[in-house]
Amino acid sequence: MTPPQRQRRSPGQPPAVPPPADTPPKEGELRNPERLFVIGGEAGGERAADLDLVTLIVARADPPVSATPEQAAVLRLCAAPLSVAELSAYLSLPYSVVAVLLTDLLAAELVQARAPIVRQKVADRSLLEAVMHGLQKL
Amino acid sequence: MDFKSSDTIPGPRTEDRLPHTAEAAVKIVIVGGFGVGKTTMVGSVSEIRPLTTEETMTQAGIGIDDNFGSASKTATTVAMDFGRISITDQLVLYLFGTPGQERFWFLWNGLFEGALGAVVLVDTRRLEVSFDVMGRLEERGVPFVVAVNSFPDAPRYPVAELRTALDLPEEIPILDCDVRRRASSRDVLMTLMRFLHSLAMKGALT
Repeated sequence: MTPPQRQRRSPGQPPAVPPPADTPPKEGELRNPERLFVIGGEAGGERAADLDLVTLIVARADPPVSATPEQAAVLRLCAAPLSVAELSAYLSLPYSVVAVLLTDLLAAELVQARAPIVRQKVADRSLLEAVMHGLQKL
Repeated sequence: MDFKSSDTIPGPRTEDRLPHTAEAAVKIVIVGGFGVGKTTMVGSVSEIRPLTTEETMTQAGIGIDDNFGSASKTATTVAMDFGRISITDQLVLYLFGTPGQERFWFLWNGLFEGALGAVVLVDTRRLEVSFDVMGRLEERGVPFVVAVNSFPDAPRYPVAELRTALDLPEEIPILDCDVRRRASSRDVLMTLMRFLHSLAMKGALT
């Protein structure tokens, strides 16, 4: 029995899915759908997009009296470092809603964000070695 | 917003809290067709009970409802199971599994872009369901390895034959695994890390 055959693709090749033809695209929806915070238009000056699913969030203060229930919950959960993904899971809120919440809390300096290490063109070998070492202990 | 009182939200269990020294995180994404074992793999190596995060997106511009010629937008929720492995007191690894409709995974901005790499989990009974996702990883330049989750009744192909069928270059690792076993899932992740390391060595030389 022969397995089905695939064809390799290369970087920068146009996506297989064609953009819709008959509806005139509005601004910003040429290819990607909007995130919730764009639709809501709630995000302030800072860009929520700077957060990643694995950005670690740590509370810098106790919830102020003025905090909304959502903000208070975030601050309580982040007494120890917690990723944005974990926050989203524990709060049962979509990622982009949590990103908006965090953008406000970052602006108010109530939380600190520890940025993730993202893939570089040339990966950091010592980082990869550290991960391998950690996995070996599993 | 219908929101539970902050006092009733269960947070991480005490033993699931990260140390304050945790400085940075990295992520690996596990992709593959429905039922191929992505969530099982996340669960078998994760130090925490796997959690689910989700994102709400609109379908406008994805080209799914073309036939209807409708300009209306439908909100779609994409869920993502994930687990965590503490590498050191400073470094944390997150593993994301991608259940559901694969056409939406790549609209989740930053999920793949920042990832160290990906594991493509395949089931030889339905090899073709992983073709599209491999192509999309290639388009985005996300390095990946292929792990064949061995189901008892699945056809067994020699690696060379699989490599030809999947049209993969010689350097991309293809390995068998049983994702229910922690050691096997760990070996898959180690294979990915060694592959990424070899790419880094090559990149440093050129």
